[in-house]
Formats: sequence, structure tokens, C-alpha cells
Amino acid sequence: MVAAQDVADPVRTFRVFRFAREDGPSRFDAFDVPVSAAATVLDGLRHIRLHLDPTLSVRHSCFHASCGTCGVRVNGREALACVTAIADLSDGDITVEPMANLPVLSDLVVDMAPFVERFPPEHPLTRTSERPLSDASAYVRFEDCIECGLCLSACPVAATDDTYVGPAALAYAQRVLEEARGGDRDAILAWADRDDAAWRCHAAFECTEACPSDVRPAQRIMALRRVLTLGGSAAS
Amino acid sequence: MSDRPDETADIREAREAPGPILRKAPGPTSWFDVRKRGTGHWAFSMNRITGLGLVFYLYLHLIVLSQLLRGPAAWHGFLEVATTPIFLGLDVLLLAGLLVHGLNGLRVALIGTGLVPDRQKALFWSFTVIGTILLLGGALHIAGSR
Repeated sequence: MVAAQDVADPVRTFRVFRFAREDGPSRFDAFDVPVSAAATVLDGLRHIRLHLDPTLSVRHSCFHASCGTCGVRVNGREALACVTAIADLSDGDITVEPMANLPVLSDLVVDMAPFVERFPPEHPLTRTSERPLSDASAYVRFEDCIECGLCLSACPVAATDDTYVGPAALAYAQRVLEEARGGDRDAILAWADRDDAAWRCHAAFECTEACPSDVRPAQRIMALRRVLTLGGSAAS
Repeated sequence: MSDRPDETADIREAREAPGPILRKAPGPTSWFDVRKRGTGHWAFSMNRITGLGLVFYLYLHLIVLSQLLRGPAAWHGFLEVATTPIFLGLDVLLLAGLLVHGLNGLRVALIGTGLVPDRQKALFWSFTVIGTILLLGGALHIAGSR
């Protein structure tokens, strides 16, 4: 009888997007990674970084879909690497790319600043940390949304229009209308009632498909439009 | 004398340069890439394709109507061509485009005004069934008009 630990884990090939500013054009590198039955894509990427190529840039933190930092595209679909089981993927190579529609900093890490800058200027639903980082004026997070950016990556409108504020920011705006907590509803409605905001969405619903936190951004955008269509009366 | 300051500036410039923004496909072609996408994206893509097709047809229709300016003979000559099986097939294609665009427009209106924002998939499949039935009926009618 063969002990369980003596059975070698199957090997899957990861095709990983590589880009470094100093290294010229981007490319894909292939890595053969042993994967256990319960392994996630993040496990595979960490294996590559720990054992095969320490120069691979991967961003992650919590390992349980709470921090929203490990958003990537796996075989063309937006996903959090930490909760994407390799066993659930189709056979063949596993292609891992950074999120679309945001600038790549290095390998799988994108610059999230253009994502955060899309949000309305006022954030009454954000919580300020009681222990802010010494080098940051404020340390905040948006309720409900984990700010992973997968919705923006999946959005076909954002793919051709960088001025579009995108699903997360609009879902946030709708959330303010639901529960203002002192926020200025009129200011939020004025912010959303623009060509590059609520009216730019074309209802492809890819943001909702991609969202790992069940925010349902597309439905929130539609609800926001209803408020705007009714002249903002539903917000009062 | 060392040229290190210039090298440092080069490295700094390289590091501060904006990285590439990956797109699923070049420009608007990404609208039509429905691989591994949901029903909403299929509807989004088909609405654009049929929209472009209907705009093309509108101009084609005006050109065809201009045959009337050339007299009854030219018009009747066109009608003979227009009732050939190939043209009748194009009529069915036109009907399909109208149904896809029209029914999806109704779907988008229902969800886009927030009336039924949670029912986009149900509406997609309901209108797909309705559209298919109407298309089959229309195709039979067109085929029988010859």
C-alpha cells in the first residue's frame, strides 16, 4: 500500500505574464508546478516565487477573499487567485495575467491608483483606521466592496474608455443613496449623472459576473439610473 | 569621469514610465470577444453587431428606393431580383437583426431603468425564446411570399 504522502502531486503548467519596466517587452513564462488537490492559483504562484523564480511579482495578503489584493485573470476570467481552486479549472495550461484596464506595475501587479481615483470625492461610507499608517494621511476602505478592481477589468466599456468611472465607483454611489450616513445625496447624484458615469454603462453585467464579494455592481448601477430617471426623488 | 548620474536618470525614467495597460482585445474588438463571458456580454455584443448592420441596411434601403427615380422598369427589374431565394434569405437575416436589436433594446430598457435590475438573465432567455418563435414564423411567411 502506498502512503498518501508518497503519491506525487500532479504537475500543472502555469503560463505567467511577465513585465518589468527595465526588461523591455512583456512575455509569458512557463512554470511546471506541483499542485495538491486543494491548491489554489495563489498557491501555485507562491510556489513559483518561492522555488522557481523569486523575481515574480505577485500581490496578496489575506488568503480568503477579504483583502482584494490578489485579483488577476486566470484563463481569461477575472478572479481572486486566493480562492480560485486549480481543480476547478479546465485541463491544460493555466494562464495567469494581470487585470485589464489598469496599468501594469510589474508582472501580475497593477497600479490601483487609477481605480481608486475614479470614486466620488466624498467617501462618507469609508472608515478611517484608528491606527493610520505613519506615512499615510488616511487609511480607509469602502464598505461592502473589497476594492479588488476585478469589475473594472471585466467591464467591456472600460476597455475602450478610460474616462468611464467604472462599476465599483458607481456601486459605491448607489450605496450612498441607500444609506447616506451623513453623505450628501445631491452631490452623489450630480457626480453620477454624467456621460462618463451612470450613463456610460451598457449593461453587459460582466462586473457582476466578476465580483467576488457579491456587490452586484451592475444591478446597483441600474438602481442608480432609476433614481436619476425619477429625478432623484427616490433618494430623498 | 563617471557617467553614473546619467545612468541613474535613465533607470529612474524607466521606473517612472507608465506600465502597459492590458486590454482583452485591441480597441472596440474587445466588445465582440464573448469567450468565457456571460449572457449580458453576449447581448451587449449582439446589440452592437445588429445595430451596425441595421444602420448599413438603412442606407442600403435608401439606395434601393432610389431605383424608383429611374422609372417603373428599373423598379420591376429590382423586384425580380429581390424575390430570389438569396434575397429572401437576406430578408430573414434582416428580420433576425431587427428582433435581436429590438427585443434586447426592450430588455435593456427594463433593466436599465431599474425596473427589474435582477432579472437580466431571465429576460435574455425569455426574449431569446420569443425572438426565435417570431423569427421562425417570419421566415415561413417570407418563404411563402415568393
